[in-house]
Amino acid sequence: MNKLYKNGLDAIFDIKDHSTIMLGGFGLCGIPENLISALVTKKTKGLTCISNNAGVDDFGIGLLLKTRQVKKMISSYVGENAEFEKQLLSGELEVELIPQGTLAERCRAAGAGIPGFYTPAGVGTEVAEGKEVKVFNGKKHLLELAFESDFAFVKAWKGDALGNLIYRGTARNFNPMMAAAGKITIVEVEELVPVGELDPNIIHTPSIYVDRIFKGENYEKRIEKITTQ
Amino acid sequence: MGLNKFQIAKRISKELKDGDYVNLGIGIPTLIANYIRKDISVILQSENGLLGMGPFPNKNKIDPDMINAGKETITTLSGSALFSSAESFGMIRRGRVNLTVLGAMEVSQAGDIANWKIPGKMVKGMGGAMDLVASAKNIIVAMMHTNKKGHSKLLKKCTLPITGLNCIKKVVTNLAVIDIENNMFVLKEHAPGVSIEEIVEATEGELKISESVCEMDLS
Repeated sequence: MNKLYKNGLDAIFDIKDHSTIMLGGFGLCGIPENLISALVTKKTKGLTCISNNAGVDDFGIGLLLKTRQVKKMISSYVGENAEFEKQLLSGELEVELIPQGTLAERCRAAGAGIPGFYTPAGVGTEVAEGKEVKVFNGKKHLLELAFESDFAFVKAWKGDALGNLIYRGTARNFNPMMAAAGKITIVEVEELVPVGELDPNIIHTPSIYVDRIFKGENYEKRIEKITTQ
Repeated sequence: MGLNKFQIAKRISKELKDGDYVNLGIGIPTLIANYIRKDISVILQSENGLLGMGPFPNKNKIDPDMINAGKETITTLSGSALFSSAESFGMIRRGRVNLTVLGAMEVSQAGDIANWKIPGKMVKGMGGAMDLVASAKNIIVAMMHTNKKGHSKLLKKCTLPITGLNCIKKVVTNLAVIDIENNMFVLKEHAPGVSIEEIVEATEGELKISESVCEMDLS
């Protein structure tokens, strides 16, 4: 068994145009920087991206928007990105906005073999249009379905060659659910450690979900809003 | 006229109780953290995966892996816990977050809230707002009483796309503290220097004046 790849480009060798990709991260925190760069280099087009946010104009998924590689974004919040807003309002880019908890749970359900679930989020709103409504304990809930995706791009802090992963701080966010959900899960890590070095008690993502792993390089880890005391 | 955003935050901070787990939205709600009474224990939840959100870091402690839901750099505290977004919204749907404070573009007298979209103009998305308003037990809206054009944001019916129905119980604005009861706004407190007539004038929805209406305590 070999899950180890050299770099991002190596790890996405078989990606095709019009793929659906889940990308971990909240804002620019915990995003798969190397894999996004690899997509830019590879010029893969017509992508559907499932990601909480769409990056900023010149970083994160914003890089893929600039090069017109994204056909559709599935996100909960897409502010702070002028290029995104321009493409959206001009009709070049499709967007599906989903409540953040529903987005997270649709990833989790996909990774847990659950085809759908009911949630109260979005009842009575545009989000409810066309969805089955069911009442539990007197309260309305919407049927939401697990996501289907071709790839999950995940960023972890530490990982081993088997694919066991640990995340750091709030960079965990959507990464663990997406890691479990991807048809093919590709992980970039800041530190690739020898098998056996990670304490089995504190593994966040067990290796079984991970198909490919590589050590990322040149992390910028850009901060959107630096706030200090 | 009336309160500035810091004073609105200060007034809302008085609603926090010992032992509360509280989610503070972006904007005015974030400022509430600065006014939490020192004699009570309140744990702040940040929906991107943190319980026990601490203050902004010192310059030499900035960590790109530690941000809040507003994407600002923050710190952990003694007793903090980190988790995934799925777990975060699990605890929200489960009703374990006692109080949510968020901003709004419009609130209706039925307790409906609109705060995520202006058709044709602004498309930012709902983030976690729809999940929070659908599940939190207690929700307070922090906002200005009128919009930039001077139009009331407290309406009979929301005109913008809805974020959640029948979920808002209290609105704190620059002019007033208003509860929502039986499909009506009820004026509970007015800001210092603001007359009841001015509040009535600035409120499009039906406004009942509480018999016990008083001036806000901003001490």
